Amino acid sequence: MTTTTIDPPAAAAARRGLSDRGWYWLFVAPALIAMVVFYIWPLVQIFGISFTEPEFGLGNYAALVESRPIQTSLVITFRVAAVTTLLCLVLGYMVSYAIYNAQHRMVGVMLALVLLPFWISVLIRSFAWIVLLGRSGVVNDSLIALGLIEKPIAMMHNEFGVVLAMVHVMLPFAVLPMMANMKGINRAYVDAARGLGASEFGAFWHVYLPQTKPGILSAALLVFVLSLGFYITPALLGGGRVLMISEYITYQIQELLRWGVGSMLSVTLLVMTAVVILAAARFVNLRKALLERG
Amino acid sequence: MKRPSFFRIFMNTGAWLVLAFLILPMLVVIPVSLTDTSYLAMPKEALSLRHYENYFSDARWLDATWQSFYIGVLTALSATVLGTVFSIGCWFLSSRASTIARWVLITPILVPPVVQSLGFYRFWVQLGLIDTVTGVVLAHTLLALPYVSISVFAALANLDRKIPQAARSLGASVPQTVWAVVVPAARPGILTGAVFAFIVSFDEIVGVLFITVRKVQTLPKMIWQGIQDNIDPTIAAVATLLVLATLVLMLAGSLRKT
Repeated sequence: MTTTTIDPPAAAAARRGLSDRGWYWLFVAPALIAMVVFYIWPLVQIFGISFTEPEFGLGNYAALVESRPIQTSLVITFRVAAVTTLLCLVLGYMVSYAIYNAQHRMVGVMLALVLLPFWISVLIRSFAWIVLLGRSGVVNDSLIALGLIEKPIAMMHNEFGVVLAMVHVMLPFAVLPMMANMKGINRAYVDAARGLGASEFGAFWHVYLPQTKPGILSAALLVFVLSLGFYITPALLGGGRVLMISEYITYQIQELLRWGVGSMLSVTLLVMTAVVILAAARFVNLRKALLERG
Repeated sequence: MKRPSFFRIFMNTGAWLVLAFLILPMLVVIPVSLTDTSYLAMPKEALSLRHYENYFSDARWLDATWQSFYIGVLTALSATVLGTVFSIGCWFLSSRASTIARWVLITPILVPPVVQSLGFYRFWVQLGLIDTVTGVVLAHTLLALPYVSISVFAALANLDRKIPQAARSLGASVPQTVWAVVVPAARPGILTGAVFAFIVSFDEIVGVLFITVRKVQTLPKMIWQGIQDNIDPTIAAVATLLVLATLVLMLAGSLRKT
Protein backbone atom coordinates (compact mmCIF):
# COMPACT_ATOMS: atom_id res chain seq x y z
CA MET A 1 0.00 0.00 0.00
CA THR A 2 1.50 3.23 -1.08
CA THR A 3 -1.05 5.65 0.30
CA THR A 4 -0.37 4.74 3.91
CA THR A 5 3.40 5.10 3.69
CA ILE A 6 4.23 7.27 6.62
CA ASP A 7 7.14 9.58 6.95
CA PRO A 8 8.32 8.89 10.51
CA PRO A 9 9.83 12.33 11.15
CA ALA A 10 6.59 14.03 10.15
CA ALA A 11 4.60 11.72 12.40
CA ALA A 12 7.03 12.41 15.21
CA ALA A 13 6.57 16.12 14.67
CA ALA A 14 2.80 15.75 14.82
CA ARG A 15 3.21 13.83 18.03
CA ARG A 16 5.42 16.47 19.53
CA GLY A 17 2.54 18.93 19.05
CA LEU A 18 0.04 16.76 20.90
CA SER A 19 0.64 13.75 23.10
CA ASP A 20 -1.37 10.55 22.57
CA ARG A 21 -3.50 11.23 25.62
CA GLY A 22 -4.01 14.74 24.35
CA TRP A 23 -5.43 13.33 21.14
CA TYR A 24 -7.76 10.96 23.01
CA TRP A 25 -9.12 13.77 25.14
CA LEU A 26 -9.59 15.80 21.98
CA PHE A 27 -11.85 12.98 20.77
CA VAL A 28 -13.76 12.86 24.02
CA ALA A 29 -14.18 16.63 24.31
CA PRO A 30 -16.85 17.58 21.70
CA ALA A 31 -19.55 15.18 22.92
CA LEU A 32 -18.67 15.74 26.57
CA ILE A 33 -18.71 19.53 26.26
CA ALA A 34 -21.98 19.43 24.30
CA MET A 35 -23.54 17.28 27.02
CA VAL A 36 -22.34 19.50 29.86
CA VAL A 37 -23.26 22.80 28.20
CA PHE A 38 -26.58 21.89 26.56
CA TYR A 39 -27.87 19.17 28.87
CA ILE A 40 -26.34 19.34 32.36
CA TRP A 41 -26.29 23.13 32.54
CA PRO A 42 -30.04 23.45 31.69
CA LEU A 43 -30.76 20.96 34.48
CA VAL A 44 -28.69 23.08 36.86
CA GLN A 45 -30.77 26.07 35.79
CA ILE A 46 -33.98 24.20 36.67
CA PHE A 47 -32.43 23.46 40.04
CA GLY A 48 -31.77 27.18 40.45
CA ILE A 49 -35.29 28.20 39.39
CA SER A 50 -36.78 25.95 42.05
CA PHE A 51 -35.16 28.16 44.71
CA THR A 52 -35.59 31.56 43.08
CA GLU A 53 -39.00 31.80 41.39
CA PRO A 54 -41.26 33.46 42.32
CA GLU A 55 -39.01 34.53 45.22
CA PHE A 56 -35.74 33.43 46.77
CA GLY A 57 -35.97 30.67 49.35
CA LEU A 58 -37.48 27.31 50.09
CA GLY A 59 -41.04 28.48 49.46
CA ASN A 60 -41.64 26.07 46.60
CA TYR A 61 -40.47 23.13 48.63
CA ALA A 62 -42.97 23.93 51.38
CA ALA A 63 -45.64 22.73 48.95
CA LEU A 64 -44.31 19.18 49.34
CA VAL A 65 -45.56 19.22 52.92
CA GLU A 66 -48.54 21.53 52.50
CA SER A 67 -50.15 20.70 49.16
CA ARG A 68 -52.57 17.78 49.14
CA PRO A 69 -52.72 17.54 45.30
CA ILE A 70 -48.93 17.23 45.11
CA GLN A 71 -48.86 14.54 47.78
CA THR A 72 -51.64 12.65 46.02
CA SER A 73 -49.73 12.85 42.76
CA LEU A 74 -46.56 11.54 44.40
CA VAL A 75 -48.47 8.63 45.94
CA ILE A 76 -50.09 7.78 42.58
CA THR A 77 -46.70 7.98 40.87
CA PHE A 78 -45.11 5.53 43.30
CA ARG A 79 -48.10 3.19 43.28
CA VAL A 80 -48.35 3.02 39.49
CA ALA A 81 -44.57 2.59 39.13
CA ALA A 82 -44.47 -0.15 41.78
CA VAL A 83 -47.41 -2.13 40.37
CA THR A 84 -46.05 -1.78 36.83
CA THR A 85 -42.62 -3.00 37.94
CA LEU A 86 -44.05 -5.99 39.80
CA LEU A 87 -46.23 -7.09 36.88
CA CYS A 88 -43.39 -6.60 34.39
CA LEU A 89 -41.09 -8.76 36.52
CA VAL A 90 -43.52 -11.66 36.77
CA LEU A 91 -44.66 -11.57 33.14
CA GLY A 92 -41.20 -10.82 31.79
CA TYR A 93 -39.65 -13.63 33.80
CA MET A 94 -41.94 -16.19 32.19
CA VAL A 95 -40.97 -15.02 28.72
CA SER A 96 -37.23 -14.96 29.43
CA TYR A 97 -37.44 -18.35 31.12
CA ALA A 98 -39.30 -19.89 28.20
CA ILE A 99 -36.83 -18.42 25.72
CA TYR A 100 -33.78 -19.81 27.51
CA ASN A 101 -35.14 -23.10 28.79
CA ALA A 102 -37.76 -24.28 26.34
CA GLN A 103 -35.39 -26.14 24.05
CA HIS A 104 -37.71 -25.95 21.08
CA ARG A 105 -37.63 -24.44 17.63
CA MET A 106 -39.84 -21.45 18.42
CA VAL A 107 -37.13 -19.62 20.35
CA GLY A 108 -36.22 -17.39 17.40
CA VAL A 109 -39.86 -16.40 16.91
CA MET A 110 -40.27 -15.63 20.62
CA LEU A 111 -37.17 -13.46 20.58
CA ALA A 112 -38.40 -11.51 17.56
CA LEU A 113 -41.81 -11.00 19.19
CA VAL A 114 -40.18 -9.57 22.33
CA LEU A 115 -38.03 -7.17 20.34
CA LEU A 116 -40.70 -6.00 17.90
CA PRO A 117 -42.55 -3.66 20.31
CA PHE A 118 -39.24 -1.99 21.14
CA TRP A 119 -39.12 -0.55 17.65
CA ILE A 120 -42.67 0.76 17.64
CA SER A 121 -43.09 4.14 19.24
CA VAL A 122 -44.65 4.48 22.67
CA LEU A 123 -47.07 6.98 21.19
CA ILE A 124 -48.41 4.45 18.67
CA ARG A 125 -48.66 1.75 21.32
CA SER A 126 -50.55 4.06 23.68
CA PHE A 127 -52.83 5.06 20.82
CA ALA A 128 -53.62 1.39 20.20
CA TRP A 129 -54.68 1.05 23.85
CA ILE A 130 -56.94 4.09 23.52
CA VAL A 131 -58.57 2.46 20.49
CA LEU A 132 -59.09 -0.71 22.52
CA LEU A 133 -60.11 0.63 25.91
CA GLY A 134 -62.10 3.78 25.14
CA ARG A 135 -65.76 4.25 26.07
CA SER A 136 -66.76 3.30 22.56
CA GLY A 137 -63.53 1.42 21.99
CA VAL A 138 -63.12 -1.95 20.37
CA VAL A 139 -63.37 -3.95 23.60
CA ASN A 140 -66.49 -2.20 24.88
CA ASP A 141 -68.17 -2.32 21.47
CA SER A 142 -67.47 -6.03 21.11
CA LEU A 143 -68.72 -6.84 24.60
CA ILE A 144 -71.91 -4.88 23.98
CA ALA A 145 -72.40 -6.49 20.56
CA LEU A 146 -72.02 -9.90 22.18
CA GLY A 147 -74.60 -8.93 24.75
CA LEU A 148 -72.22 -9.50 27.66
CA ILE A 149 -72.59 -5.97 29.02
CA GLU A 150 -75.17 -3.26 28.51
CA LYS A 151 -73.23 -0.13 29.31
CA PRO A 152 -69.56 0.48 28.47
CA ILE A 153 -67.10 -0.31 31.25
CA ALA A 154 -64.62 2.41 32.23
CA MET A 155 -61.31 0.82 31.25
CA MET A 156 -59.28 3.97 30.73
CA HIS A 157 -59.01 7.37 32.36
CA ASN A 158 -58.29 5.35 35.49
CA GLU A 159 -55.33 3.57 37.02
CA PHE A 160 -56.32 0.26 35.45
CA GLY A 161 -55.87 1.57 31.91
CA VAL A 162 -52.66 3.42 32.77
CA VAL A 163 -51.05 0.37 34.41
CA LEU A 164 -52.16 -1.96 31.61
CA ALA A 165 -50.63 0.23 28.91
CA MET A 166 -47.53 0.94 31.00
CA VAL A 167 -46.88 -2.77 31.52
CA HIS A 168 -47.17 -3.18 27.79
CA VAL A 169 -44.62 -0.42 27.15
CA MET A 170 -42.20 -1.47 29.90
CA LEU A 171 -42.21 -5.26 29.41
CA PRO A 172 -39.35 -5.37 26.89
CA PHE A 173 -37.22 -3.31 29.30
CA ALA A 174 -37.79 -6.03 31.91
CA VAL A 175 -37.23 -8.95 29.57
CA LEU A 176 -33.89 -7.81 28.12
CA PRO A 177 -31.82 -7.64 31.36
CA MET A 178 -33.33 -10.92 32.57
CA MET A 179 -32.50 -12.63 29.27
CA ALA A 180 -28.94 -11.29 29.39
CA ASN A 181 -28.60 -12.80 32.87
CA MET A 182 -30.18 -16.18 32.01
CA LYS A 183 -27.94 -16.49 28.96
CA GLY A 184 -24.95 -16.90 31.27
CA ILE A 185 -26.50 -19.48 33.60
CA ASN A 186 -25.23 -23.03 33.43
CA ARG A 187 -28.03 -25.62 33.40
CA ALA A 188 -25.70 -28.12 35.10
CA TYR A 189 -26.78 -27.03 38.61
CA VAL A 190 -30.45 -27.54 37.88
CA ASP A 191 -29.68 -30.88 36.24
CA ALA A 192 -27.67 -31.92 39.29
CA ALA A 193 -30.54 -30.99 41.60
CA ARG A 194 -32.92 -32.96 39.40
CA GLY A 195 -30.55 -35.94 39.41
CA LEU A 196 -30.46 -35.80 43.20
CA GLY A 197 -34.22 -36.12 43.27
CA ALA A 198 -35.59 -32.56 43.30
CA SER A 199 -38.87 -31.99 41.50
CA GLU A 200 -38.72 -29.72 38.45
CA PHE A 201 -40.35 -26.90 40.40
CA GLY A 202 -38.16 -27.56 43.43
CA ALA A 203 -35.01 -27.36 41.32
CA PHE A 204 -36.28 -24.16 39.75
CA TRP A 205 -37.21 -22.53 43.04
CA HIS A 206 -34.13 -23.47 45.07
CA VAL A 207 -31.44 -23.58 42.40
CA TYR A 208 -32.37 -21.65 39.26
CA LEU A 209 -34.31 -18.69 40.66
CA PRO A 210 -31.55 -17.57 43.07
CA GLN A 211 -29.09 -17.50 40.18
CA THR A 212 -31.35 -15.15 38.21
CA LYS A 213 -31.56 -12.60 41.03
CA PRO A 214 -29.10 -10.15 39.42
CA GLY A 215 -31.20 -10.09 36.24
CA ILE A 216 -34.42 -9.59 38.19
CA LEU A 217 -32.92 -6.71 40.16
CA SER A 218 -31.57 -4.87 37.11
CA ALA A 219 -34.91 -5.31 35.39
CA ALA A 220 -36.70 -3.96 38.46
CA LEU A 221 -34.38 -0.95 38.65
CA LEU A 222 -34.74 -0.09 34.97
CA VAL A 223 -38.53 -0.43 34.86
CA PHE A 224 -39.11 1.39 38.15
CA VAL A 225 -36.87 4.34 37.24
CA LEU A 226 -38.41 4.68 33.78
CA SER A 227 -41.93 4.37 35.22
CA LEU A 228 -41.37 7.06 37.87
CA GLY A 229 -40.77 9.73 35.24
CA PHE A 230 -43.05 8.39 32.54
CA TYR A 231 -45.21 10.95 30.81
CA ILE A 232 -46.70 9.88 27.47
CA THR A 233 -48.75 6.82 28.40
CA PRO A 234 -50.12 8.08 31.74
CA ALA A 235 -51.04 11.41 30.13
CA LEU A 236 -52.88 9.77 27.23
CA LEU A 237 -54.60 6.94 29.10
CA GLY A 238 -55.08 8.74 32.40
CA GLY A 239 -57.16 11.47 30.76
CA GLY A 240 -56.16 13.95 33.47
CA ARG A 241 -57.50 11.67 36.21
CA VAL A 242 -54.34 9.72 36.95
CA LEU A 243 -51.98 12.64 37.46
CA MET A 244 -48.53 11.17 37.76
CA ILE A 245 -45.82 13.61 38.71
CA SER A 246 -44.56 14.25 35.16
CA GLU A 247 -48.02 15.26 34.00
CA TYR A 248 -48.47 17.35 37.14
CA ILE A 249 -45.27 19.24 36.29
CA THR A 250 -46.38 19.83 32.70
CA TYR A 251 -49.73 21.10 33.94
CA GLN A 252 -48.08 23.55 36.36
CA ILE A 253 -45.84 24.92 33.61
CA GLN A 254 -48.06 24.94 30.55
CA GLU A 255 -51.43 25.83 32.05
CA LEU A 256 -50.53 27.79 35.16
CA LEU A 257 -47.06 29.07 34.23
CA ARG A 258 -45.94 28.25 37.76
CA TRP A 259 -42.28 27.64 36.95
CA GLY A 260 -41.25 27.63 40.60
CA VAL A 261 -43.52 24.72 41.55
CA GLY A 262 -42.81 22.92 38.27
CA SER A 263 -39.05 23.17 38.77
CA MET A 264 -39.31 22.16 42.41
CA LEU A 265 -41.23 19.02 41.41
CA SER A 266 -38.70 18.33 38.66
CA VAL A 267 -35.88 18.50 41.18
CA THR A 268 -37.87 16.27 43.53
CA LEU A 269 -38.44 13.72 40.77
CA LEU A 270 -34.78 13.84 39.80
CA VAL A 271 -33.68 13.36 43.42
CA MET A 272 -36.12 10.46 43.87
CA THR A 273 -34.75 8.84 40.72
CA ALA A 274 -31.17 9.32 41.92
CA VAL A 275 -32.01 7.90 45.36
CA VAL A 276 -33.58 4.80 43.78
CA ILE A 277 -30.54 4.26 41.56
CA LEU A 278 -28.05 4.78 44.39
CA ALA A 279 -30.03 2.50 46.71
CA ALA A 280 -30.08 -0.11 43.96
CA ALA A 281 -26.31 0.19 43.52
CA ARG A 282 -25.93 -2.04 46.58
CA PHE A 283 -27.72 -4.91 44.85
CA VAL A 284 -27.27 -4.23 41.14
CA ASN A 285 -24.10 -3.93 39.15
CA LEU A 286 -24.89 -0.49 37.72
CA ARG A 287 -22.04 -0.68 35.26
CA LYS A 288 -23.47 -3.81 33.74
CA ALA A 289 -27.09 -2.70 33.98
CA LEU A 290 -26.64 0.74 32.44
CA LEU A 291 -23.23 1.50 31.02
CA GLU A 292 -22.52 -1.77 29.27
CA ARG A 293 -25.92 -2.99 28.21
CA GLY A 294 -25.75 -4.21 24.66
CA MET B 1 -38.85 -38.37 25.96
CA LYS B 2 -40.28 -37.52 29.33
CA ARG B 3 -43.76 -36.12 29.47
CA PRO B 4 -43.50 -32.32 29.96
CA SER B 5 -44.14 -31.45 33.58
CA PHE B 6 -46.92 -29.18 34.79
CA PHE B 7 -44.34 -26.53 35.65
CA ARG B 8 -42.91 -26.46 32.15
CA ILE B 9 -46.36 -26.30 30.55
CA PHE B 10 -47.30 -23.47 32.91
CA MET B 11 -44.19 -21.40 32.08
CA ASN B 12 -44.51 -22.00 28.33
CA THR B 13 -48.20 -21.19 28.15
CA GLY B 14 -47.59 -18.11 30.27
CA ALA B 15 -44.82 -16.96 27.97
CA TRP B 16 -47.00 -17.29 24.87
CA LEU B 17 -49.85 -15.44 26.56
CA VAL B 18 -47.50 -12.62 27.49
CA LEU B 19 -46.18 -12.47 23.92
CA ALA B 20 -49.75 -12.31 22.65
CA PHE B 21 -50.35 -9.43 25.08
CA LEU B 22 -47.27 -7.68 23.67
CA ILE B 23 -48.17 -8.03 20.02
CA LEU B 24 -51.94 -8.30 19.51
CA PRO B 25 -53.03 -4.94 20.98
CA MET B 26 -50.81 -3.10 18.50
CA LEU B 27 -52.44 -4.87 15.58
CA VAL B 28 -55.81 -3.32 16.38
CA VAL B 29 -54.73 -0.19 14.49
CA ILE B 30 -54.85 -2.15 11.22
CA PRO B 31 -58.59 -2.92 11.00
CA VAL B 32 -59.43 0.46 12.52
CA SER B 33 -57.39 2.23 9.83
CA LEU B 34 -59.58 0.54 7.21
CA THR B 35 -62.83 1.66 8.76
CA ASP B 36 -65.52 3.26 6.64
CA THR B 37 -66.63 5.47 9.52
CA SER B 38 -65.37 8.97 10.22
CA TYR B 39 -64.62 8.13 13.84
CA LEU B 40 -62.42 5.48 15.45
CA ALA B 41 -64.18 2.14 15.17
CA MET B 42 -63.99 -1.25 13.54
CA PRO B 43 -65.19 -1.21 9.91
CA LYS B 44 -69.02 -1.20 9.90
CA GLU B 45 -70.21 -2.06 6.40
CA ALA B 46 -67.18 -2.13 4.16
CA LEU B 47 -63.44 -1.65 4.20
CA SER B 48 -62.27 1.75 3.07
CA LEU B 49 -58.98 3.35 2.17
CA ARG B 50 -60.23 6.90 2.71
CA HIS B 51 -58.09 7.49 5.80
CA TYR B 52 -54.97 6.53 3.87
CA GLU B 53 -56.10 8.87 1.10
CA ASN B 54 -56.50 11.56 3.69
CA TYR B 55 -52.96 11.03 4.96
CA PHE B 56 -51.40 11.07 1.51
CA SER B 57 -53.33 14.13 0.39
CA ASP B 58 -53.01 16.24 3.53
CA ALA B 59 -50.02 18.59 3.27
CA ARG B 60 -49.78 18.90 7.06
CA TRP B 61 -49.33 15.15 7.56
CA LEU B 62 -46.86 14.89 4.70
CA ASP B 63 -44.86 17.92 5.83
CA ALA B 64 -44.71 16.56 9.36
CA THR B 65 -43.50 13.19 8.08
CA TRP B 66 -40.83 14.85 5.98
CA GLN B 67 -39.72 17.08 8.85
CA SER B 68 -39.47 14.12 11.22
CA PHE B 69 -37.48 12.27 8.62
CA TYR B 70 -34.86 14.90 8.00
CA ILE B 71 -34.58 15.86 11.67
CA GLY B 72 -33.97 12.15 12.26
CA VAL B 73 -31.29 11.96 9.59
CA LEU B 74 -29.52 15.10 10.84
CA THR B 75 -29.69 13.80 14.42
CA ALA B 76 -28.33 10.40 13.38
CA LEU B 77 -25.45 12.08 11.55
CA SER B 78 -24.42 14.40 14.36
CA ALA B 79 -24.97 11.92 17.19
CA THR B 80 -23.10 9.16 15.36
CA VAL B 81 -20.07 11.33 14.60
CA LEU B 82 -19.89 12.84 18.11
CA GLY B 83 -20.66 9.58 19.90
CA THR B 84 -18.26 7.45 17.86
CA VAL B 85 -15.32 9.81 18.30
CA PHE B 86 -16.18 10.07 22.00
CA SER B 87 -16.29 6.32 22.55
CA ILE B 88 -13.04 5.76 20.68
CA GLY B 89 -11.33 8.38 22.83
CA CYS B 90 -12.70 6.75 26.00
CA TRP B 91 -11.67 3.31 24.80
CA PHE B 92 -8.06 4.46 24.36
CA LEU B 93 -8.00 6.32 27.65
CA SER B 94 -9.85 3.69 29.70
CA SER B 95 -9.10 5.64 32.84
CA ARG B 96 -11.22 6.65 35.80
CA ALA B 97 -11.84 10.05 34.26
CA SER B 98 -13.01 8.59 30.96
CA THR B 99 -15.40 6.25 32.78
CA ILE B 100 -16.91 9.28 34.51
CA ALA B 101 -17.23 10.92 31.09
CA ARG B 102 -19.13 7.86 29.87
CA TRP B 103 -21.50 8.10 32.84
CA VAL B 104 -22.10 11.78 32.06
CA LEU B 105 -22.97 10.89 28.48
CA ILE B 106 -25.65 8.37 29.44
CA THR B 107 -27.54 10.68 31.86
CA PRO B 108 -30.30 11.31 29.30
CA ILE B 109 -31.38 7.67 29.68
CA LEU B 110 -32.06 8.20 33.36
CA VAL B 111 -33.40 11.75 33.59
CA PRO B 112 -37.21 11.86 33.22
CA PRO B 113 -38.25 13.28 29.83
CA VAL B 114 -40.34 16.08 31.28
CA VAL B 115 -37.50 17.28 33.50
CA GLN B 116 -34.95 17.47 30.70
CA SER B 117 -37.52 19.12 28.44
CA LEU B 118 -38.05 21.91 30.98
CA GLY B 119 -34.30 22.42 30.96
CA PHE B 120 -34.18 22.51 27.17
CA TYR B 121 -37.06 24.98 27.04
CA ARG B 122 -35.50 27.51 29.43
CA PHE B 123 -32.07 27.34 27.82
CA TRP B 124 -33.36 27.27 24.24
CA VAL B 125 -35.32 30.48 24.98
CA GLN B 126 -32.06 32.14 26.04
CA LEU B 127 -30.32 30.85 22.91
CA GLY B 128 -33.17 31.76 20.54
CA LEU B 129 -33.54 28.14 19.45
CA ILE B 130 -37.24 27.71 20.24
CA ASP B 131 -39.29 26.43 17.28
CA THR B 132 -36.24 25.90 15.06
CA VAL B 133 -35.02 22.74 13.36
CA THR B 134 -31.54 23.43 14.77
CA GLY B 135 -32.96 23.48 18.29
CA VAL B 136 -34.76 20.17 17.81
CA VAL B 137 -31.74 18.49 16.18
CA LEU B 138 -29.50 19.70 19.02
CA ALA B 139 -31.87 18.35 21.68
CA HIS B 140 -32.35 15.04 19.85
CA THR B 141 -28.59 14.66 19.36
CA LEU B 142 -28.08 14.88 23.12
CA LEU B 143 -30.84 12.32 23.71
CA ALA B 144 -29.35 9.95 21.11
CA LEU B 145 -25.73 10.20 22.30
CA PRO B 146 -26.11 7.58 25.07
CA TYR B 147 -27.28 4.94 22.59
CA VAL B 148 -24.50 5.66 20.11
CA SER B 149 -21.78 5.71 22.75
CA ILE B 150 -23.02 2.48 24.38
CA SER B 151 -23.21 0.55 21.11
CA VAL B 152 -19.87 1.81 19.76
CA PHE B 153 -18.17 1.05 23.06
CA ALA B 154 -19.68 -2.45 23.07
CA ALA B 155 -18.32 -3.06 19.56
CA LEU B 156 -14.84 -1.97 20.67
CA ALA B 157 -14.82 -4.45 23.54
CA ASN B 158 -13.71 -7.12 21.06
CA LEU B 159 -10.83 -5.11 19.61
CA ASP B 160 -7.37 -6.22 20.70
CA ARG B 161 -5.46 -3.23 22.10
CA LYS B 162 -2.26 -4.54 20.56
CA ILE B 163 -3.51 -3.83 17.03
CA PRO B 164 -3.69 -0.03 17.30
CA GLN B 165 -0.44 -0.16 19.31
CA ALA B 166 1.19 -1.97 16.40
CA ALA B 167 -0.07 0.68 14.01
CA ARG B 168 1.33 3.40 16.24
CA SER B 169 4.75 1.78 16.60
CA LEU B 170 4.94 1.37 12.84
CA GLY B 171 4.68 5.11 12.57
CA ALA B 172 0.98 5.84 12.03
CA SER B 173 -0.27 9.00 13.75
CA VAL B 174 -3.18 8.83 16.20
CA PRO B 175 -5.78 10.06 13.66
CA GLN B 176 -4.42 7.63 11.05
CA THR B 177 -4.60 4.74 13.50
CA VAL B 178 -8.14 5.63 14.50
CA TRP B 179 -9.28 5.97 10.91
CA ALA B 180 -7.57 2.87 9.52
CA VAL B 181 -7.78 0.47 12.48
CA VAL B 182 -10.28 1.46 15.15
CA VAL B 183 -13.16 2.81 13.06
CA PRO B 184 -13.38 -0.33 10.87
CA ALA B 185 -13.45 -2.48 14.02
CA ALA B 186 -16.23 -0.36 15.48
CA ARG B 187 -18.32 -0.30 12.30
CA PRO B 188 -21.12 -2.67 13.47
CA GLY B 189 -21.55 -0.59 16.63
CA ILE B 190 -21.50 2.63 14.64
CA LEU B 191 -24.26 1.38 12.32
CA THR B 192 -26.41 0.17 15.24
CA GLY B 193 -25.83 3.49 16.96
CA ALA B 194 -26.90 5.44 13.87
CA VAL B 195 -30.12 3.43 13.55
CA PHE B 196 -30.85 3.95 17.25
CA ALA B 197 -30.18 7.68 16.95
CA PHE B 198 -32.57 8.00 14.02
CA ILE B 199 -35.32 6.12 15.86
CA VAL B 200 -34.82 8.09 19.09
CA SER B 201 -35.30 11.29 17.11
CA PHE B 202 -38.12 10.00 14.89
CA ASP B 203 -40.17 8.88 17.92
CA GLU B 204 -39.30 11.71 20.32
CA ILE B 205 -42.32 13.67 21.54
CA VAL B 206 -41.95 15.28 24.98
CA GLY B 207 -38.99 17.50 24.05
CA VAL B 208 -40.66 18.56 20.81
CA LEU B 209 -43.83 19.51 22.71
CA PHE B 210 -41.79 21.89 24.87
CA ILE B 211 -39.33 23.45 22.40
CA THR B 212 -41.45 23.87 19.27
CA VAL B 213 -44.51 25.99 18.65
CA ARG B 214 -45.92 26.08 15.13
CA LYS B 215 -43.12 26.13 12.59
CA VAL B 216 -41.61 22.78 13.46
CA GLN B 217 -44.26 20.05 13.20
CA THR B 218 -43.06 16.48 13.58
CA LEU B 219 -45.02 13.30 13.01
CA PRO B 220 -45.22 12.36 16.72
CA LYS B 221 -46.45 15.88 17.47
CA MET B 222 -49.21 15.59 14.84
CA ILE B 223 -50.25 12.24 16.31
CA TRP B 224 -50.17 13.64 19.85
CA GLN B 225 -52.29 16.65 18.91
CA GLY B 226 -54.62 14.41 16.92
CA ILE B 227 -55.22 12.18 19.94
CA GLN B 228 -55.79 15.20 22.20
CA ASP B 229 -58.19 17.14 19.97
CA ASN B 230 -60.24 14.87 17.78
CA ILE B 231 -59.29 11.27 17.38
CA ASP B 232 -59.72 10.79 13.67
CA PRO B 233 -58.91 7.47 12.00
CA THR B 234 -56.12 9.07 9.94
CA ILE B 235 -53.95 8.47 13.04
CA ALA B 236 -54.76 4.77 12.75
CA ALA B 237 -53.69 4.84 9.10
CA VAL B 238 -50.40 6.55 10.05
CA ALA B 239 -49.89 4.07 12.89
CA THR B 240 -50.49 1.14 10.54
CA LEU B 241 -48.00 2.51 8.04
CA LEU B 242 -45.40 2.93 10.80
CA VAL B 243 -46.00 -0.58 12.16
CA LEU B 244 -45.71 -2.05 8.66
CA ALA B 245 -42.54 -0.06 7.94
CA THR B 246 -41.05 -1.36 11.22
CA LEU B 247 -41.94 -4.94 10.30
CA VAL B 248 -40.39 -4.61 6.85
CA LEU B 249 -37.20 -3.07 8.25
CA MET B 250 -36.96 -5.74 10.96
CA LEU B 251 -37.37 -8.53 8.41
CA ALA B 252 -34.80 -6.91 6.12
CA GLY B 253 -32.45 -6.61 9.08
CA SER B 254 -32.80 -10.25 10.11
CA LEU B 255 -32.41 -11.43 6.49
CA ARG B 256 -29.19 -9.47 6.17
CA LYS B 257 -27.83 -11.14 9.29
CA THR B 258 -28.55 -14.70 8.17
